[in-house]
Amino acid sequence: MSTQHSRSAARLMISPSVILLLAWMIIPLSLTLYFSFLRYNLLMPGANPFVGFENYTYFLTDPAFFTALTNTLLLVGGVLVITIIGGVLLALLLDQPMWGQGIVRILVIAPFFVMPTVSALVWKNMFMNPVNGLFAYMAKAVGLQPFDFLAVAPLASIIVIVSWQWLPFATLILLTAMQSLDSERLEAAEMDGAGPFARFFYMVVPHLSRAITVVILIQTIFLLSIFAEILVTTNGGPGNASTNLTYLVYAQSLLQFDVGGGSAGGVVAIILANIVAIFLMRMIGKNLDA
Amino acid sequence: MARAVSTNRKITVTVIAWSIGFLIFFPILWTILTSFKTEAEAIASPPSFLFFEWTTENYGIVMERSNYFLHFMNSVVISVGSTLIGLLIAVPAAWSMAFVPGKNTKNVLMWMLSTKMLPPVGVLIPIYLIFKNVGLLDTRTGLVIVLTLINLPIIIWMLYTYFKEIPVDILEAARMDGANLRNEIIYILTPMAVPGIASTMLLNIILAWNEAFWTLNLTAANAAPLTAFIASYSSPEGLFYAKLSAASTMAIAPILIMGWFSQKQLVRGLTFGAVK
Repeated sequence: MSTQHSRSAARLMISPSVILLLAWMIIPLSLTLYFSFLRYNLLMPGANPFVGFENYTYFLTDPAFFTALTNTLLLVGGVLVITIIGGVLLALLLDQPMWGQGIVRILVIAPFFVMPTVSALVWKNMFMNPVNGLFAYMAKAVGLQPFDFLAVAPLASIIVIVSWQWLPFATLILLTAMQSLDSERLEAAEMDGAGPFARFFYMVVPHLSRAITVVILIQTIFLLSIFAEILVTTNGGPGNASTNLTYLVYAQSLLQFDVGGGSAGGVVAIILANIVAIFLMRMIGKNLDA
Repeated sequence: MARAVSTNRKITVTVIAWSIGFLIFFPILWTILTSFKTEAEAIASPPSFLFFEWTTENYGIVMERSNYFLHFMNSVVISVGSTLIGLLIAVPAAWSMAFVPGKNTKNVLMWMLSTKMLPPVGVLIPIYLIFKNVGLLDTRTGLVIVLTLINLPIIIWMLYTYFKEIPVDILEAARMDGANLRNEIIYILTPMAVPGIASTMLLNIILAWNEAFWTLNLTAANAAPLTAFIASYSSPEGLFYAKLSAASTMAIAPILIMGWFSQKQLVRGLTFGAVK
């Protein structure tokens, strides 16, 4: 029913956003792609010759790449497992009648609003520190040796910190989905003799499957780019033990000034993220029709 | 709601839920408590929970020693600035897509979303080099530009899902009565759109405030917001737990409060309307 007039006005209104996002996408992306084929190091000024796929070969055959890739997958996978299982359990719990539900919700959601550098440093110093941390104190209190979390198990420790940050997100979304489940259907099933496990696996889980997929996909997008938590806790170390792909590219480009190599790493990161993004986009796209 | 819940069960659930809630919240609580201790007390063994000499000296020290106020203002300017500029660009776009959808609207929306999925590290080098060349490195302007662009897709999407819920019939009735585009926007749409715009604004300020990739990589001393300022505590000198806690408490307090107000919108905003 829109007139020609309102249609062109609409196009005019949408164009600033489109132009800006197009520029934001195309200019840096093509530059990254271009740099990735050059021998280009900021410490070695002069010509930046075209070297074909040399940077890619170098980046992909570097043992650090394989470590970083494994770490990235472990970090993403570990956090996903913890937050999804924890989130489903917490959502089930918070969906029950209780006193002070609003306050519990507020307590549970709070970590999501803490900036990454704060949560990483608080966990690193006040909890995981082997001398003054609260965990060390608790270990000593029951007669155990304090454990130097970030030195001995850096990646696992970072997984714990990041899971704490993302558990609220999973819980909140799963709780929202849970609340749209018809409680009368559950009661009917109960009267028909379905036990709590049957109800959970045949009714609750299928109902939540869509929300769980959304949580997985969105968290994956963010978790692939975890950076600040690593920077302030371990700097990727010891060695490369807690270096993920994002941190590796950062180190290559801004610490070693290797623009070419870093760009090749950036392109690899983009390709990996795209694989996830395609699935996410399909899900959201389907929802648009509904 | 046919069945009455037994009181015993309700008590059990309440106790478990409160305990878990307390555990999850504990690191934040511990940070706040530690910020009121002296440095010696902050690492005392056994740790004191509530019965210590409460002091506010750490807040004074943090403010004095570092340019805390500058970093705080950087955070405010960068998060609020990028959100407001983003809204200015996004409101017309979301409006037109929600009310005058063309056959490409869905594709445009999906494409905008796809830009959000670009891993930041993939474009770090060009942005860094461009900023270096034009002098935007370590400036508030530079960060406002970057954060506006990375949050623009979320802003457009959130607004779009809100605008979609405004009944179109009202607009058509107004058009029949001779309202033109301008009047439509000012008298009909704006009052109905304000709540959606407000929650979009709130969520985006939170996201921008906590953003910790670009803020860490593109700033040094001048434009560093609180994320980067706190990161400087990763290589501390001497006793610093109480001071770290005080700085952290000040950095997260405003956002915690805003976040609690926006938790309902959070779901919609962060799932791009896929879960409501």
